[in-house]
Amino acid sequence: MDRIPILKMGEFLLVTIQVDMHDRLVLQLQSDLTERIARTNARGVLIDISALEMVDSFIGRTIANIAGMARVLDAQTVVTGMQPAVAITLVELGLTLSGVRTALNVERGMALLRALLDDAAPVVEGSRSASDDGDDGRQG
Amino acid sequence: MTPSDSTALSVTLQQHGSDILEAWVADQLSATTLRPDLMTAADLRAQSREFLAALTDALSRSGSRDTEQPAWGGVRDLLRSISEARGGMGFTPTETATFILSLKESLFRKLRSTVSDPGRLADELWGVTTLLDRLALHTVEASIEARERLIARQQQDMMELSTPVVKLWDGILALPMIGTLDSARTPVVMEALLQRIVDTGAEVAIIDITGVPTVDTLVAQHLIKTVTAARLMGADCIISGIRPQIAATIVHLGVDLADIATKATLADAFRMALARTGYSLGPTRLPAR
Repeated sequence: MDRIPILKMGEFLLVTIQVDMHDRLVLQLQSDLTERIARTNARGVLIDISALEMVDSFIGRTIANIAGMARVLDAQTVVTGMQPAVAITLVELGLTLSGVRTALNVERGMALLRALLDDAAPVVEGSRSASDDGDDGRQG
Repeated sequence: MTPSDSTALSVTLQQHGSDILEAWVADQLSATTLRPDLMTAADLRAQSREFLAALTDALSRSGSRDTEQPAWGGVRDLLRSISEARGGMGFTPTETATFILSLKESLFRKLRSTVSDPGRLADELWGVTTLLDRLALHTVEASIEARERLIARQQQDMMELSTPVVKLWDGILALPMIGTLDSARTPVVMEALLQRIVDTGAEVAIIDITGVPTVDTLVAQHLIKTVTAARLMGADCIISGIRPQIAATIVHLGVDLADIATKATLADAFRMALARTGYSLGPTRLPAR
């Protein structure tokens, strides 16, 4: 398995990581996911890492990067199901993933994404630049 | 030490065992170190007889007085149990060691009457002295061991006792912290909390630090780590029970708790947690006037 499947559910993208991550795999995921967000105009990304039992600083950093890139592409990112050991490791590594939203499980993560989009919908962001051409299919 | 040395003592003990026991018990009962409040004369006599029997047995079976030999195992075990029993009754290690050392006097007197040659008598006495000293040290060591085991068990108990994670409501956990937070305890506390969050699917966890006596930068750092780890898993943390002095300490230390919800009391934190999970509290009826 050399890439992680990205599932499209309505305006959300769903990524469930079921295998141990290694550096090339996470970089592949990063490029695949950003490409998919841009192509499908996804408004939200849910990354489920409940099966992930080990992280290192690189993978932690890349997950934070993916969330940052998704935000630039106007998609909210929620990371769900992080195991206690993984959370402790990330904290000890000093990676607090600030800016990444988290939820306990996929169900809660989905609810959180919907709530985020509902909140964000009426807001008119006047400072947006003209370069956000990935945003054509935006509703509301 | 030649076998004949130990044989003389062994023979003396075998032949005059009951005389020596009587003399020893009489010595102990008249000594100023007697503790009639802790042990009755009958118990003392029984214990003395038991020790003397074990000593006689070990001497007759083992050729030497090396107490580390297997033949002395019975004596060592007996000393350990005597030491533990006496420790439980409230004897100090010194008093337990004195119990063994007090045997010297009656033993010396008996040896003086049975061994006539002065040179041999001196050798004999020296042998008895070193033997009993070693045995007395055994009791001291045994009581130290018992105490260390007790301390280790209490530490373990304290570690387990002090990290209860309680469920306050559906989706709300509370962790009442008692005692000092150090780098040994924090991982235990942190793991217990995070595991319970996974098990119960709680959305909000309240960390109550009413029972934490002092907060320094290290403790604050540990708290921040715990809260951050919980947030990574998708649960909110509220820190409650911050006393005025501790609030002052935190500000003086320059610890930044700005990103963390803090409340003065557990009740306030609980109300906030209920609000976050979509519940609200109110009186079921108006209070009587």
